[in-house]
Amino acid sequence: MSNKKELIVSAIKDGTVIDHIPAKDLFKVIKILDFEHMPNQVTFGGNLESKSMGKKAIIKVADKFFADSEINKIALIAPTANLNIIRNYEVIDKKPVQLPDSVVGLCKCINPKCITNSEPMQTKFEVVKDDSVSLRCHYCGKITDSEHFTLL
Amino acid sequence: MENNSLISITDFSTDEILRVLEIAADFEKKPEPHLLDGKVVSTLFFEPSTRTRLSFESAVNRMGGRVIGFSDPNISSVSKGETLKDTIRIVSNYCDLIVMRHPLEGSSRYASEVATVPVVNAGDGAHQHPTQTLLDMYSIKKTQGRLDNINIFMVGDLKYGRTVHSLVQAMAPFNPVFHFVSHQKLRMPNEYKQYLDSKGVKYYEHEQFADLIPEADVIYMTRVQKERFTDQVEYEKTKDFYVLKNSMLANAKPSMKILHPLPRINEISQDVDSNPHAYYFEQAMNGVYARQAVISYVLGLKK
Repeated sequence: MSNKKELIVSAIKDGTVIDHIPAKDLFKVIKILDFEHMPNQVTFGGNLESKSMGKKAIIKVADKFFADSEINKIALIAPTANLNIIRNYEVIDKKPVQLPDSVVGLCKCINPKCITNSEPMQTKFEVVKDDSVSLRCHYCGKITDSEHFTLL
Repeated sequence: MENNSLISITDFSTDEILRVLEIAADFEKKPEPHLLDGKVVSTLFFEPSTRTRLSFESAVNRMGGRVIGFSDPNISSVSKGETLKDTIRIVSNYCDLIVMRHPLEGSSRYASEVATVPVVNAGDGAHQHPTQTLLDMYSIKKTQGRLDNINIFMVGDLKYGRTVHSLVQAMAPFNPVFHFVSHQKLRMPNEYKQYLDSKGVKYYEHEQFADLIPEADVIYMTRVQKERFTDQVEYEKTKDFYVLKNSMLANAKPSMKILHPLPRINEISQDVDSNPHAYYFEQAMNGVYARQAVISYVLGLKK
């Protein structure tokens, strides 16, 4: 990488860089990926300048290569995010996050009369990809739109 | 179908719906009083619904099965705070089939995932009530001789009425024409209209329907609840538009039938009851045949 001045967050030797996270959603992404319980070295930067986004956030996770099913959950919150896979300080792969078809146990159903809000059970949604992303509850069928995503 | 349960009418393909309606017709012609010999069916009513429960229990009894269950959650373990999952897992041991009604939406789907026996949804909140839809379709088929090309008027509360929502979806493959008659505050929700648009089904919306009755093959009446209106003056002004009176039926097609999921309050005048167009009491009888068909189908006793 030539433009070294952008390296406000220090480089990693091997691992994954999650770039172009909307600045306001950094901590939601941190929560979804459960860094609190991850032993890896994690560095992150918030409110960084971005040509394309104005403000962005970035997360670098050393020695971690996410499974698609693990990382794609963040597409619900941060659809603009992309992944840089780093080996020996070099970017060997670059890819955008992909919306999953379904999500389990991540968000709360917006319907107060839904069984998932009363029973100790996991929520389950089908991801509906129209103009914006929304979630259709597998149990009650109600739609939770992206403005009302509440992480569990 | 998920482990043979019936939770939503959309769990059945159109072919399966037609097959279940045939089975219902068989039960009407030829009762099978020993089909469920030795079988136990649980009716778990986490909210009271006497009519639905009796209809299911009648269906089981007519086939020789036994019924266990409760009709009031206040006297059951539920009031002690047991989870739905635990109740369903325990009851699964005691029976061959669970019929369940619950005030929370999605509860039956969840029950079908934790049960070890098939579950039939007898209503989960405002969500689904598939056996009602099947008995409505059975009533339409029986009175009109067909399901195809029916002109269906739906009248009353089309916004909150789950029976009309399910019926709209289930009838869509049969090239119906829908007339939705309601106050503008109680219109058919957009999601169902979009569904009909996507299937190329014709529908019209009206605020009154007295002049249109001669076009109808079926008039499906529903109850308009006063509580749906924040403005009670509004309710008083418009409530009579959605009441069916005997005098309105003079020019109806001879084959036209009036359906209602019941209970009726005042949206069908008492003087309609003796009119040959009235069909809502027979419709309730059809509910027993439809439920016999569903029970025997999900148990694999009829294919």
